[in-house]
Amino acid sequence: MTEPVAMQTDSNAISSWRAFIGTFKRDLLLVFRRRSDIVNPLLFFTIAVTLFPLGISPDAVFLAQIAAGVLWVAALLATLLSLDSLFQQDMADGSLEQLVISPHPLAVLVLSKVLVHWLVTGLPLTLLAPLLAVMMFLPDAGFGTLFISLLLGTPTLSLIGAIGAALTVGLRRTGVLMTLLILPLYIPVLIFGTGAVISASQGMAVTGHLAILGALFLVALVSAPLAAGAALKISLNG
Amino acid sequence: MAFDKFWAWFHRMGSPKWFYEISGRWIPWFATATIVLLTVGAVWSLAFAPQDYQQGNSFRIIYIHVPAAILAQSIFFSMALCGAIGLIWKMKVADMVAKSCAPIGASMTFIALFTGAVWGKPTWGAWWVWDARLTSMLILLFLYFGVIALQSAFDSKQSAARASAILSLVGVVNIPIIKYSVEWWNTLHQPATFKLTEKPAMPMEMWLPLLIMVIGFYCFFATVLMMRTRNEILEREKRTQWVQGLLSK
Repeated sequence: MTEPVAMQTDSNAISSWRAFIGTFKRDLLLVFRRRSDIVNPLLFFTIAVTLFPLGISPDAVFLAQIAAGVLWVAALLATLLSLDSLFQQDMADGSLEQLVISPHPLAVLVLSKVLVHWLVTGLPLTLLAPLLAVMMFLPDAGFGTLFISLLLGTPTLSLIGAIGAALTVGLRRTGVLMTLLILPLYIPVLIFGTGAVISASQGMAVTGHLAILGALFLVALVSAPLAAGAALKISLNG
Repeated sequence: MAFDKFWAWFHRMGSPKWFYEISGRWIPWFATATIVLLTVGAVWSLAFAPQDYQQGNSFRIIYIHVPAAILAQSIFFSMALCGAIGLIWKMKVADMVAKSCAPIGASMTFIALFTGAVWGKPTWGAWWVWDARLTSMLILLFLYFGVIALQSAFDSKQSAARASAILSLVGVVNIPIIKYSVEWWNTLHQPATFKLTEKPAMPMEMWLPLLIMVIGFYCFFATVLMMRTRNEILEREKRTQWVQGLLSK
């Protein structure tokens, strides 16, 4: 009599950590089978940055002044546009429901998906940014800080974005709505990210800005997965 | 004992029918208070309060601007609070109150921004400056628009209420962060003019009408909020017997 029960608990006894790793591997595999999800945000980032010299002025002195802001705004918009891929596919094929009814905390699984999202959008954006910074004549002193600020800031963007993606996953035509929900929440990251790069370009201290970016990241890390998990449950209810 | 009474009251508040009846009795009182306070406050502040020694008569915009700005922020907090109550206790009335808050709050934010622009022209010489407080009010307006847009995006009223409750809670966490980040980013606006905890920096004849206006604005908010919530209740409960009975009367 006790045998089946024991077996059942055994088979259910996947720890949340293994569930995290499992979701992580699955999502990463799915992304590599659908590579346009990685390339498209990068193309968008490059094209958006290119528009600024064309639209405003190719003057090197002028571009150097706006470089930090342009790069940050373009990275932010590229992240925003990539958020659709976070839950949409899983919603369509039903695996999102399986995640929600699984015995593991939804926040853990959401965190795993966000990590994959950052690895395939935030990290490549961070790596590409210095190259575009050369084209924007960013002062030499700003390069290191640009890289570090994006490295600290883009995970926050992915985390906050997950809340918006989760709130809108069940809806049709989510693009503009998601922009409206998410962009106001991105503003602090933008302010301190750009602030750090500008300070560095002018040879001033950047530790304050970077510390706040780190703090924003930690706050988002502990709270955003919970909010996104709750939002997913609501979205699935219709 | 008092605690039990509070919980009984709290749970009764969750019944749309009860809320409809009690708010029907409250509205005349709040409406009267609104009319009296706003009339007294407006006449006193616009006609009798002394001129500012630097800004002359243009400073009188403060009597609309400051109450609207205070309301804009506290309405967001009430909206998030009602949203949290709706999420935790699954209380329908709280959802409806939260939904009714959003358009009122957005209008107050717009009034604060608009009067700020009108005031900025004679004082700073520009309609708009990228100052910290103006910017954070603008972002607050965007947050309100986000909540309103999310409300209308869902087909199911329940999901709409819960989703926007989450969004307003996320917004409340972010308001102080946004406020301080833009404050460090740029500051031109004068510091807060109105604090209850400190001795006012302006003379009594200027400060008292402002206090009356602020209380009047709060009464106005309460009146409009109850009216909107009552409409929402009628709309959603239109198939229930008591609403049918009310309509056939």
